[in-house]
Amino acid sequence: MTVTTADHQVAIEIGGVPIRLHTSDPGFVQMLEDRYAGFLSPSAHPQFEFDVDLVAPTGTSPDDDVDVRVDHGRWFLRRGDFHAEWDPESGRGRVRHSPSPYAIDSVLRIVHTILLAKQGGFLLHSASAVRGGRAFLFSGLSGAGKTTISRLAPADVALLTDEVSYVRRDGGGYRAFGTPFAGELARVGENVSAPIAAVYLLAKGRENRMDPVAPAEAGQRLLRNVLFFAQEPDLVKRVFEAACEFVARVPVYRLTFFPDGRVWELIR
Amino acid sequence: MGADPVSPKYIARSPAIAARKLGEEMVIMSAADSTLFTLNEVATVIWQAADGSTPLSEIVENKVCGEFEVEPEVAYRDAEGLVKELAGHGILLVSDQPIAGTAPQRQENP
Repeated sequence: MTVTTADHQVAIEIGGVPIRLHTSDPGFVQMLEDRYAGFLSPSAHPQFEFDVDLVAPTGTSPDDDVDVRVDHGRWFLRRGDFHAEWDPESGRGRVRHSPSPYAIDSVLRIVHTILLAKQGGFLLHSASAVRGGRAFLFSGLSGAGKTTISRLAPADVALLTDEVSYVRRDGGGYRAFGTPFAGELARVGENVSAPIAAVYLLAKGRENRMDPVAPAEAGQRLLRNVLFFAQEPDLVKRVFEAACEFVARVPVYRLTFFPDGRVWELIR
Repeated sequence: MGADPVSPKYIARSPAIAARKLGEEMVIMSAADSTLFTLNEVATVIWQAADGSTPLSEIVENKVCGEFEVEPEVAYRDAEGLVKELAGHGILLVSDQPIAGTAPQRQENP
């Protein structure tokens, strides 16, 4: 007797990279379509495909440490709530996790960090927005004001994300893409992109002011906010190089801001 | 100079790091644990000269004292302190013999 499993699929395109997920669970696909609305790309030819096996929750937490390693070109991604294997060469992978959106969201983030590292880009713990055809990044750890400045954005600003920015090399500069990786604002970013004009290191204060940051400090601050999970030394070095190259080409400022809409008068 | 001529000290950049000069300062990352370090201008000069074959005393005399207004004794003492600290973090190798086989690091400004 042959048992056939229905193949339901969804293609999620972030940063111009379509990744198709296959599963036998139509409910899970529906959940993904809702969560990643605006980033679905059903007709795009996927660069990578993952078979998703949903398993019963194990009681492990998304807060567990993540373990990302490569063995003979094959990547292994593990956390308490998921286990994934991925071969970038063949473009195929498999993910096993409980039917929670957080696990697949994390797998996608990790996969993109690896892809970007090979191309001189990175994911940055920052909000980002497009105004007047140029992208601006607002970086800082939790509490620095990423959600606040996102919430204060005026109507002519397209919010790319309030939590995780997608940065790719683009000729001699860099381009920021919208991401569905939302923070406290719980709002998926707009799926647009623009060349990056500046990075602002956020600090809340009593006034609005902008001060240039010396390159070495900018590099250190940026590196602290780059998302990267793998321990593979060559890729870690490439991320370091990417961040240093970035601050050598993109101006970085310290943005002290009072939390009202006037701060956006500085960002043009 | 405070250097002991009988047992010269050689220093070399560890191959297990990534380094990049940004402005006048050197930013270094340990590839082992991703710890970040920033070297000031003087420390950067010493770092750049750490080729494994030039004695520390010579680096201090020619590079540090040649470029900065500092007394040789003070410069050497400070350099020894810096070397000890960086070696403690595993990002600089120290030996009483010339050190061969360390990979050059990319250090240029774009």
